[in-house]
Amino acid sequence: MGVKLLLEKAHVEGIRSYEVYRREGGYRSVEKAIKTMGPEAIVEEVKKSGLRGRGGAGFPAGMKWSFIAKPEGVPRHLVCNADESEPGTFKDRYLMEFIPHLLIEGLIVSSFALGSNNTYIYIRGEYAWIVDILEQAIGEAKANGFLGKNILGSGFDCEIHVQRGAGAYICGEETALIESLEGKRGNPRIKPPFPAIQGVWQRPTVVNNVETLAAVVPIINMGGEEYAKIGVGKSTGTKLMSACGNINKPGVYEIDMTISVEEFIYSDEYCGGIANGKRLKACIPGGSSVPILPANLLLKTAKGETRYMNYESLSDGGFATGSMMGSGGFIVLDEDQCVVKNTYTFARFYRHESCGQCSPCREGTGWMEKLLYRLEKGQGKSSDIDLLWDIQRKIEGNTICPLGDAAAWPVAAAIRHFRDEFEWHVTHAAEAQTRNFGLAHYADPIHVPTTV
Amino acid sequence: MTKFSETQLTEFNRLVARYPEGKQKSALLPVLHLAQDSFGGWLSSETMDYVAELLRIAPIEVYEVATFYSMYNLKPVGKYMFEVCQTGPCMLRGSDDIVAYIGEKLSIKPGETTADGLFTLKTVECLGACGYAPMMQLGKHYREHLTKEKVDAIIDECRKTAAANN
Repeated sequence: MGVKLLLEKAHVEGIRSYEVYRREGGYRSVEKAIKTMGPEAIVEEVKKSGLRGRGGAGFPAGMKWSFIAKPEGVPRHLVCNADESEPGTFKDRYLMEFIPHLLIEGLIVSSFALGSNNTYIYIRGEYAWIVDILEQAIGEAKANGFLGKNILGSGFDCEIHVQRGAGAYICGEETALIESLEGKRGNPRIKPPFPAIQGVWQRPTVVNNVETLAAVVPIINMGGEEYAKIGVGKSTGTKLMSACGNINKPGVYEIDMTISVEEFIYSDEYCGGIANGKRLKACIPGGSSVPILPANLLLKTAKGETRYMNYESLSDGGFATGSMMGSGGFIVLDEDQCVVKNTYTFARFYRHESCGQCSPCREGTGWMEKLLYRLEKGQGKSSDIDLLWDIQRKIEGNTICPLGDAAAWPVAAAIRHFRDEFEWHVTHAAEAQTRNFGLAHYADPIHVPTTV
Repeated sequence: MTKFSETQLTEFNRLVARYPEGKQKSALLPVLHLAQDSFGGWLSSETMDYVAELLRIAPIEVYEVATFYSMYNLKPVGKYMFEVCQTGPCMLRGSDDIVAYIGEKLSIKPGETTADGLFTLKTVECLGACGYAPMMQLGKHYREHLTKEKVDAIIDECRKTAAANN
């Protein structure tokens, strides 16, 4: 069993309630932070912890906090990004649904550190029932003196408000989220100015992911240095993984980033192996935006070394032979799945979610969807594959926000590693409508037992 | 006449009070949810104009938001809307079959509503339930690990609830 810092208590009966959560040691970090530490000391601990943003970009959280401007007389805001929408990712939902007080606790400590008297949780609109769970937890924390006026006699006031989005992946991008919080379309802003200088209502703002803010709780409780000892290299602490696709045990798992990809997929503690006794074909290890890898490059790097479940190892080899940790949305494809079709659903997703501000993304995502549809339906030409490659290259790096890159990368990686499967859809168009390409040479060369 | 009831107005005021003075437009998304729930499950132009008036903003500011976000319905929908996820992780677990089965069972295509106004079938993009696929959203909640049998049971349940409320 690896170390569990976030979900250790998630299965304690009644943990959703304040009483049980408190009895299990909850809200200790608020007491410690407010009574014995100042805001600067909290920021220092988070810096020491090496905590990296858990939303997908992996930016050091303590550093992000240290950028916040503090002009005299201007309120500052902390905004929690609960707009979880990256296909393959459902960890924040799990955390909020099963152990909501952990997020509220992390938010109080973080709000104190940043000087935010009004903190907002921006949650995706579809998670409607979780809004009730969070508001209940906020009410309980307030009734017990952890929120509201003069928290624990410190003179610090804090309110947490929950705002629902209304269905837009782009609002997970922090400046789009800020626009949405202001009651506008989710069009990302041009940076600079960064939110730390001018965020919501032009005030200094920090936007952090749910899991990042929850991780502040163990960091304060155990100290940044102790936290940094868990994990490896620049992948400190624990990470929540959302495992899905063709595995025996889909779900949310907390890992300490020292385990191998092979162990994560095949051990009974985690994914429990490929479903129905099938073989592993490919995997998208960090949410739909990150490069797909064939089994042989997933379990071992191009140099033949074991690949581990952490930021550095998953990206070993760059985009040529590696991928990314991203948001931790771990999508597994078995031998019967079609990479062209899976890529098509992603392209359709990004076309649907493009805000339309930048033409390379607005037009390019639509083109990619059409070409992939054609190829998948056996109506494609060989030149379509080159055209797809050309379009994705023209989107990448040419847009205001990273949605363009996020749309381009999965298409690029699918062609890079599975080009013969795309070609087969052209050369064997009729056959491609009756069966899938199969495992071919992508198979994992290591013998691994299948679990049924 | 499109007008919030007293209870709905209380909720409206609670939503607006969460933002700084003069930033009442920030409440637009939650207020549109409230309006959609209050006025038949969709946003007519009359409803949107009413929201604009309440928030003291121009009607165009409401239209541009209502058309941007996928959860706002700009035309009437059935009493029960089956929003089935079709993105990668759900597709890998058979969402295509679920969409086809619902369509066959209710004799409608995605985007259509049954003649009795009870059901709308809609395909949607990732709802963050990838580990519990295939799934759909029905009202405020998710229905997960869908099978044909589960779909049958859900349809029966909706019909019974509708009959009981008539």
